Amino acid sequence: MSGIVTQNVLGNSGLIKAVEAAGGAWAEIKTLTASSSATLSFVNGADNVVLDSTYPIYVFEFISLHPATDDSQFQFNFSVDTGSNYNVTKTTNLVKAHHSEGDTSDLAQDTGNDMQQSTSFANLCVSIDNDADSNISGKFWLFNPSSTTFAKHFLSDIQQVEHGSYAHRALCGGYGNTTSAVDAIQFKMGSGNTDAGKIKLFGLKDS
Amino acid sequence: MSGIVAQNLNRQSGLIKAAEAGGGAWTFISKTTASGDSTISIASGIDSTYGVYLITCKSIHPSNTATEFTINFRDGSTAYDADKVTTYIKIRHAEADDLDNFVYDTGNDATGTGGHLLMENVGNQNDASTSGTIYLYNPSSTTFVKNYICDFHSMAPDPAVADHILSAGYCNVTAAIDGVQFAFDTGNIDSGDFCLYGLST
Repeated sequence: MSGIVTQNVLGNSGLIKAVEAAGGAWAEIKTLTASSSATLSFVNGADNVVLDSTYPIYVFEFISLHPATDDSQFQFNFSVDTGSNYNVTKTTNLVKAHHSEGDTSDLAQDTGNDMQQSTSFANLCVSIDNDADSNISGKFWLFNPSSTTFAKHFLSDIQQVEHGSYAHRALCGGYGNTTSAVDAIQFKMGSGNTDAGKIKLFGLKDS
Repeated sequence: MSGIVAQNLNRQSGLIKAAEAGGGAWTFISKTTASGDSTISIASGIDSTYGVYLITCKSIHPSNTATEFTINFRDGSTAYDADKVTTYIKIRHAEADDLDNFVYDTGNDATGTGGHLLMENVGNQNDASTSGTIYLYNPSSTTFVKNYICDFHSMAPDPAVADHILSAGYCNVTAAIDGVQFAFDTGNIDSGDFCLYGLST
């Protein structure tokens, strides 16, 4: 690009370069809208996605994701080769709190759905209901994915309608046990497609 | 103003209207980077400007292994010693799958002026660190106690364990909180970044 590049904000005439976009501390990077999607992937450098050292922390917001298949799981995996493979070794922990419309409740660690040193997709929440009004919403924090020194910690917090009409909150934490930079992430349902909903990616500025 | 007002973002030449200012409710305030420090203090930037403050801790790496990572709050003097009442929930799962643990840990909640435990048993293997967030609500209030909520993850050492700590509490003071300080109970903070953000309310 060439031409007008200098600031001229004090000039009252002529061509005036606009002020820099002010932005907030959370930079919106990309929104993916599900439409019977088998997978939803954010790959650094593709389709305007940034997932590198530009930001130290990334946040994914899940907004009303609806599964095609009843009693499914919502899962993710990391990639260290810009999406050629989603198979990073992970160890995770998962806790669920649920309360039924019939007023039964429970709080427990879900040892059947956590993961130890596995390259498979990790469950962020399970037993998702797929009634027309059911969905999941929540967030996923990813710390320092571009580091080539540290394992990659993540924290997620999802509220869902559980199969059987439960309010179900799933708290998942873990780390990608790799010192390679994570440069892509893929989300999907464990069975069937993601019918609808959005995933928004933000980067947290540190300057 | 008249003249060039149309959007032209998809063209590679000519006059290009700038993008709209993005806005956003969260404001970046400061970044502090650790390098062999016994403590890291955020001594300015927490005041009545914002109603909610977020502190992010990225890849905090200790010099010693199996250390405890803490935060404390400054409430009017130079000392970081606000009186607190805290809760502490622990979720763990070992890489070897020989440990699963989900408890309210009465041994690590606290009352008093000591540091609030954010993460226990942080390893100092080369690839180990702890990362997480602290939300501090209405710190400048001189009416209310100061609630805060913490969410941290780390890799514990030998055997390696995915540790997830949900802790929270309140500074049991009506004086304004105007600073926070981080430390490990033994050794230094070798590396890591601490960022402070404010939320307009």
